[in-house]
Formats: sequence, structure tokens, C-alpha cells
Amino acid sequence: MKKFTVLLSTAALLLSLATAGFAADTIKLGVAGPHSGDLAPYGIPSMKAAQLVVKKINAAGGVLGKQVELLIQDDQCKPEMATNAATKLVTDGAHVVLGHICSGATKAALGIYNDAKVPVMSPSATNPALTQSGDYPNFFRTIASDDMQARMAVDFTINDLGMKKVAVLHDKGDYGKGFAEFAKKFLEESGKAEVVLFEGVTPGAMDYSSIIQKVRREKAEALIWGGYHPEASKIVAQMKRKRMKAAFVSDDGVKDDSFLKVAGKSAEGAYMTGPRDLSGNALNKAANDEFKAEYGADPGAFFQEGYSAALALLNAIEKAGTTDYDKVVAALRTEYVETPVGKIKFDARGDAEGVGFSVYTVENGAFKELK
Amino acid sequence: MDYFLELFLGGLTRGSIYALIALGYTMVYGIIQLINFAHGEIYMIGAFVALIVAGILTIYGFAGISVLVLAAIAAIIWACAYGYTLEKIAYRPLRGAPRLSPLISAIGMSIFLQNYVLLAQTSDFLPFPNLIPDFEFMEPVAHIIGSPELVILITTFVTMILLTLLIKKTKVGKAMRATQQDMSMARLVGINVDRIISLTFIIGSALAAIGGVLVASYIGQVNFYIGFLAGVKAFTAAVLGGIGSIPGAVLGGLVLGWTESFAAGYVSSDYEDVFAFGLLVLILILRPAGILGKARKQKV
Amino acid sequence: MLKDFKQSILISIWFVFLTFPLMAVRVNTTEQMVEWRWMTILWVAIGSFVLSYAWRYFLAKKQLKKKDDEEGGKHSKLQLLMEDMNFRYKAMGVLLVLALVFPLVFDTYQNTIMISALIYVVLGLGLNISVGLAGLLDLGYVAFFAVGAYSYALLNYHFDLGFWTILPVGGILGCLFGVVLGFPILRLRGDYLAIVTLGFGMIIKVVLENWSSFSFGPSGIANIDKPGLFGMDMNIDSSTIYIYYIMIALVVFTILITNRLKNSRIGRAWIALREDEIACVAMGIDMARTKLSAYALGAFWAGMVGVLFAAKTTFINPASFTFMESAIILSIVVLGGMGSILGVILGAFILILLPEYLRAFSEYRMLAFGAAMVLMMIFRPQGIISGIRTKYEYKELKEETDNG
Repeated sequence: MKKFTVLLSTAALLLSLATAGFAADTIKLGVAGPHSGDLAPYGIPSMKAAQLVVKKINAAGGVLGKQVELLIQDDQCKPEMATNAATKLVTDGAHVVLGHICSGATKAALGIYNDAKVPVMSPSATNPALTQSGDYPNFFRTIASDDMQARMAVDFTINDLGMKKVAVLHDKGDYGKGFAEFAKKFLEESGKAEVVLFEGVTPGAMDYSSIIQKVRREKAEALIWGGYHPEASKIVAQMKRKRMKAAFVSDDGVKDDSFLKVAGKSAEGAYMTGPRDLSGNALNKAANDEFKAEYGADPGAFFQEGYSAALALLNAIEKAGTTDYDKVVAALRTEYVETPVGKIKFDARGDAEGVGFSVYTVENGAFKELK
Repeated sequence: MDYFLELFLGGLTRGSIYALIALGYTMVYGIIQLINFAHGEIYMIGAFVALIVAGILTIYGFAGISVLVLAAIAAIIWACAYGYTLEKIAYRPLRGAPRLSPLISAIGMSIFLQNYVLLAQTSDFLPFPNLIPDFEFMEPVAHIIGSPELVILITTFVTMILLTLLIKKTKVGKAMRATQQDMSMARLVGINVDRIISLTFIIGSALAAIGGVLVASYIGQVNFYIGFLAGVKAFTAAVLGGIGSIPGAVLGGLVLGWTESFAAGYVSSDYEDVFAFGLLVLILILRPAGILGKARKQKV
Repeated sequence: MLKDFKQSILISIWFVFLTFPLMAVRVNTTEQMVEWRWMTILWVAIGSFVLSYAWRYFLAKKQLKKKDDEEGGKHSKLQLLMEDMNFRYKAMGVLLVLALVFPLVFDTYQNTIMISALIYVVLGLGLNISVGLAGLLDLGYVAFFAVGAYSYALLNYHFDLGFWTILPVGGILGCLFGVVLGFPILRLRGDYLAIVTLGFGMIIKVVLENWSSFSFGPSGIANIDKPGLFGMDMNIDSSTIYIYYIMIALVVFTILITNRLKNSRIGRAWIALREDEIACVAMGIDMARTKLSAYALGAFWAGMVGVLFAAKTTFINPASFTFMESAIILSIVVLGGMGSILGVILGAFILILLPEYLRAFSEYRMLAFGAAMVLMMIFRPQGIISGIRTKYEYKELKEETDNG
């Protein structure tokens, strides 16, 4: 056993030496996110997006005449793993980092990147504090923050649908509970609707029949769900099964093709907020096609955002003409770039300008943009 | 009253699935005193195999109940194969080792199987075809109990009766009970203990596979991680009822299902798990060997 | 030879059958597509054929060795060396020097993962008290770790208390929770204990997730202060090195104390309790006090190192305190060798550093990790170094040893 570990560590050492040897000639793009564990479905698509972008850019001659090298690190969405991954990326000399996926892991890792002066761009960390607190000047994201989405979902529920009694459920997670708490706050502030139920469910539980019965007992007209699509699919399916008519309104964790596939017919008539419809966007379609050609399946959650983030980061280096931190950050804030999520640049806090939000509904097994 | 009935039936459905999986834990524990942590993964693999077979069959034009039956049979066959192999690789070489060693090997196996399915298939959630049809006659009560729930209840009930018959009436069942009571004595009277242990794993796996297929077609999705939580809950149910006792596992499953359902319905689903484990602690304080477990006399 | 060949062929056929649906087929029900992957099956066939040879070879070797052990009745060379006090002090000296030089030689990443490993060394040693010494299986040990981490994060956030003030407080809070958990389950034995502790771990996590006004819920607590050194401002590299040295000191402290505990009156009471509860009580040992002290003293270390964990990551949320962590810590203890301090240290290094060095395997990392756990257990079921009981014997008598 001891021999084995020795062997392994020597191998790892050699490997790191080998990579260090080539260090000078490449632009290093770090990619961090959950690539194993229960949250892997949210991290792997962005990683693959980065791989596709890098492959394409390298084939076209790279950035600033140098090839782009990917450094991929798994953080399992756990803060302590994220700090390890971040230090690994920093010591390996990553120039820019795409990640992390979960807000918690991102928060834990950002300090390390900040000290090392590495710009970080997340395709999925939507926690408002990340940009609004001002603590993380090196942070950018290609997705809108939770409070924006919650505001939109709530406005839609009370103004467009005219619902008076709303139940708010969430998955107890960082993202879902954050969204739900904002939704509850906005609902109460509006004075137009009443929150009849605010509860969290256990993600991965076998079924949600009791909580759904409870929603029915409270006579809620609408159910706002903060969380991801697997639980949402179960909830809409069970609502349909219990012959419930309450409207289902949710966030962009649900606006995912997997939701349509998994929930099937039950998804019909559900509402969710999500990035503005860009299927007309040529880049968006191209990215999708690339993925399909490479992996023979549909890309998963945050693929487009990940693809956009990779493009934006590499574009900023190209425009800045260097990998110098200040210049790259300045380029991110000033230079527009065409990405699958639209033509974007970043504001002073790090939120993307040009990433719009819309409300969608599911009609005939497809998302349809409402406004 | 309707609300109570709804929660009651919801808890019953959930509890009967827990019971199915808990039986696997309890039978294995009864014989070799091992907490088979990888049992939840067998459940997951059963659901995955069913998904794949059902997918192939629907694409090649089969329809309706025949798909369900064939997929369930395939799931059982492969789950049994995995259960058998699991025991051979991870537990048999450890027979006679310190008591906690097989537990760690079980945890390792659980991690391995999860990641194996993740790599071989996908990390994403897959839609599981809705194999259980909506029955006409259920329509008036559909808001209280749906067709899938009915199918789950009937299937688990029948399965448990068959299991009881197998254990009480057949020669194999007798051998299993003998092995459980005293392994070395059973060996002396000519029972092939190794074979009985393998068989226990196979039966437990079959039950888990049935549970997996039922749950997957009930909630309509499958993912490599579903085994973990189901496994922990079923294990809790087994202990609650008295680990090693077969009726105990069933009762424990139902009690756990009801507790969760009523806790979520009347109190708050935020603390569903707290109630479940709180009840467990309470019961174990009053009856340290579980509801139906026999406190083993300690001889000095 | 031919028999081996035939058997390997059979095994490889079995594995082809076993992995067939999951490895060879991928269905897409929405697009009505089936993808057949025959190549992967070929790999499975070849792989399992080769592995089955290796498997049998190593198992046979293990059997042989077992026989040798039984006949010779001896400990491994390493264990004998460890018995030799002179060698022991020298080895410890060398190790300590190595540990002290380490951060000056390696980069920040190596230091960070080394800190993680050291954190788990302390956790392992703590759990070793209740599992290894007192034989009380605990599947929710991570709860005490969470108590420590949150006590620092919250006290730091609300009252701006510093790392050094909270370090003992975290330990004491861990202790308190140990007693709270210990009380209701004094009567339980073995695996019943396991499930209750597992439940306790889950309850703590659920409470942290839901009680937002207290714990900030799932979004966690950010910007926790790093340990201070007379108010000096440190960059990430030097503060990592600083934390590394704190951690080394903490590990040395833990080793000293647990080693003393092991050979103390209460330590012997724990071991007696593990071996036979009834006999132990009959000898006049207070069962309740002994059990509670095992939980409390085990939890103390988790609470203390939890404080350091919060200070190191500067951000905590409930996601760090899952059942898997408890399982890993337990694995460290069992894999290293229950009751043996050196074993636990080695176990922690292997289980924590292995996945880090396996990062080169990227997505196959956790697969390899799981397989490694199973293999290590099969080939060394008693752990890397099994605990040896100190024996006192007359020099004139012939040595008579058992594996305790």
C-alpha cells in the first residue's frame, strides 16, 4: 500500500512538473465546479462547454497567438474542496477561472483568487451578495442574480396571473432558498397577495405528496418554487396526479430541457423565469450543435452560460492583449462580446449587462417566451 | 378528514417502499451482522436497468403493461446479479475480519457503484417512462389516491406475502432461519452457509429492484444518486422495527413513512427528517432493540 | 493453469453480462434513440479477465501470509520497530523536522491539502476515542465538527471574537454536544448506536439549513476571520503557512493527549468496555460515566478542529457537513487500524491525499477512490496498523502475545 501511494505521489509530482514545463506558452483557463457527487449534473455541462470553446479557439489559432490550456478541478460544491481546487488552480498558474458552480463554493474560493489577482466568472452562482456586497471585485457572472429573478416571478404571479394566495416552496439549498426568501419578501411587500405557506422540502426525497396536499389545503392559487428541475418535475407531476389546478411558477433552475423531458406532459402550463430567449441567436444554436456533435446528447444545466463565460474570459484576454489582471478586468467591463446568452459586457459589480430575463411557459413540450 | 386520509395513504405508499428496501438490510444483517451500505445503490441500479430495458422496448414498439413487466424482470435479474457479485467481491473475503471492516468496504462499494453509473450512463436526471397506466375506476378518488400508489401498495403487499411464504414454508427458508440463529451450528447440520448468504443477498437485491422500479415509475425520474437517501431511510426503518426481524422491517418502514407524511402535513416539511430521527431515538430509548426486535439476552 | 484460464474466462463473461445494460446501452426516450457501445463491452471483457488473474493471485498471497502469521504469531516488522522506544523517538524526531520544513519546500496548494489532511488526522484521532477505544460506533461524528465550525463563525460574526478565544470554546461546545447525544443512547449497543448517531448528524445539518435566523441557512457565513498573529496582515501564502503550523501544533497536542488518555485509567476503562460491557460493569466501572466521557472527549477534538476549519476556509455552509464526511472519518479510523494512533494518522493521509492526487484522473477520481477503499479493506481488514495493547511481562517468561 505504501509503495502504491509513493508511486502515485511521484506520478502526480511528475505530472505537475510536466505541466509546469509548458507553462510559459499557453493561456491557462481554470474550470472549477462539481464534477462528481450529487451536484455533478450542474457542473459537468459547463466543463464540457469550456472544452468545446477551447477546442474551437485553439483550432483557430488560440488567444494572442498562444494555445489555451484547460485546468479542470472538481469541488463537489463543497466550500473546503473549493478552496483546495482554487489554490490548486492558482498555483498551477491559471490566468482566468470559469467557475465555481454553487454560490457557497464560489464564496469560499473567491478570497483565494482575489489575493492571487485572478478574474473569476461563474455561469451559475446567482447569490446576490456575490456582486452586490462589493467584497469580490474579481468576480463576474453570466447569469442574473436571484433577487432579479424573484422580483420578476412575483410580479408575474400577482400582476399577470392575478393570484392572491401564494405558496412558496424551496429545496433548502443555497440557490432555492435564496430565491424563495426573496419571493416571499416581494410578495409581502406588494400587499397584493398573501403567502399562505413557506416551507422547504428535502431534495431527493421519495415523493412530495404530503406537502402538495398541504398546498391544496391552504387553497393556494399559485405555487412558487425555488430550486432545481428534478424536484420541480416531481412536484408538477404530483400536482397533476392530485388533480390540482394551482399555477406553478419557478426560476431558471427549472428552465432546463431536462425539466421538459422528465416532467413530460405534467410540465404543460408551468411558468418559469429564465434568461431571454436566444434560440434565434446563431451562436447559441451553434454551441448546442457543437455539443450534440461531440457528445450525442443535449447539453445540461448552465451549458450556455458556461460557454458564454469561457468566450467572454478568453475574449477579454485577447482584447486586453495580455493576461495582466487589471487589464483583463478592464476589458471585461468595457468590451462587448458576442456570446450564446447575447451581446454582453459586465458592470462595475460584475453582473452581465445585456443578459435579459423573461417569463416562459411550457406549451406543447417546449418553452415559450411570454414577455 | 380527507386531509388525514390523504396523508395516511401518502405515508403508506412511501412507507411500503421503505419497507421493501429495509427488508434487504434486515435480512443481510440478520445473517452476517453487516450493514450493507451499498444496498441503496442496488436499488438505484435496478431502476436504471428498468429504464434502459423499458426504453429499448418502447422504441422497438412494445407498449403498455408488457413493458412494465419485462422491465421489472430485467431489473430484478440484474439487481440480483449485482447483489451476488457485491457480496462475493466486497464482503466474502472479509468474513471473520474485525466487525467494522466490512462496513468500510460497503461504504467504498457504495461510492464506487454511484460513480460507475455516473460514468457509464449520465450525471443528469433521466425521465422514466410512465409505465403504470391511469385506471378509469380510480378517477373519482384520484385526488386522494392515484393508480400508481394503488399499484405500489398491491405489489409490495404481494411481494411481502411471497417473501413470508418463502421464509416460513420452504426448505431454503428454513435453512436461512437456521443460519440466522447460529451459523456454525447450521454448517454442522449440513447447510451450505455460503450459498445461503449469497441467496440472502440475491433476495434482498430483488426486493430493492422491485422498489426501484416502482418508485422510478411513480416519480418519473432516475439519477445515479437516488440510492443514497433511500438507503439511509430504509436502514433507519429497519432499525426502527428491530434490525434482523422481517415483520419489524415492514412495520418500521410504515411507521417511518407515516411519521414523515404526518410531520410534513401537520407541522412542517422543513423538519421532516428531524421528526423521523427524533422518533427513532424515542423508540430506541423505550425499546433499545427496536419495535419488534428481541433484546438478546446477554449471558455472562 | 488451464483451470485458471477457464475460470478467468467465466468471470469475464459474467462481468460482461453484469455491466451490459449500463455500459453498452444508452437510451434516449424522448428522441427514440438507442445507442449501442460495443467497444466498452470489449474493454470490460479484457479488463475483468486480467483483473481476475490479479485478484486470485493477491488473494492467494494473502491466504499464505495469514497462515504464516498464525504459525509465527508475530507482528509485522513495522509494529516491532514501533515497539522499540529508541527507534520510535528517532522516527518521531525526523517526522517532526520533515513536517516543520514542509511548507518552506512546497507550494501553497500542497500546504492547503496538507492542512486538510491534518484536520482529518485530528478528526480521526478524536473519533478513534469513541470508536477505536470505547467501541461506540459513531456515524454522525461530523455533527461535532459542524458545532465547532459554526461556533467560531457565529461568535466571530456577532461578537467579533478572535480565533484563539474560540478555539477552546469550540472544543468545549463539542464536548457538551457529545454529552447531549450520549445521554439518551446510553442503553443502546452496536448498530443501534450507529443509526442514532447517523440521525443526530442529519438533524444538526437540517437545523443548520432551516434555522436561517440563527445560522444563515444554506447560504452560509462568509468572510470569517483567519487566525490572527498579533494583528499582522498576511497574504494568502503566509497565512496558509501560519495555519499549517497551527495545525501541526494541534496535531502534536492531540497525539500527546490521546496517547496519554489511551494508557490512563479511563482509557483502560474504555477498552474494557469495548471488549465486554457486562464484565466491565461487573468490575465496578461506571458505565454511564465511561461512555459519556468517551463521547465528550471524542467530540472535543472535532469541535476544536472545526474552529480551525472555519478559519481556514473563511466560509462555511451546511454542505460541508454531510453524512459522507462522517463516513470518511470513520473510514480513516477503521482503515488506519482501530485504536492505533499511528494507523489513524496514516489512514487520514491516504484517504484525504489520495483523492487530491487522483485529481489527475479527473472524472474517474471518485471511482478509483471507492475501489481503493474496498481493496484496502480486503487486503488489510485489520487496518494498516492494528492497535497493540501495551503489555507488561516478566522478562524471564517466554513472550506470549495475542493480537488484542
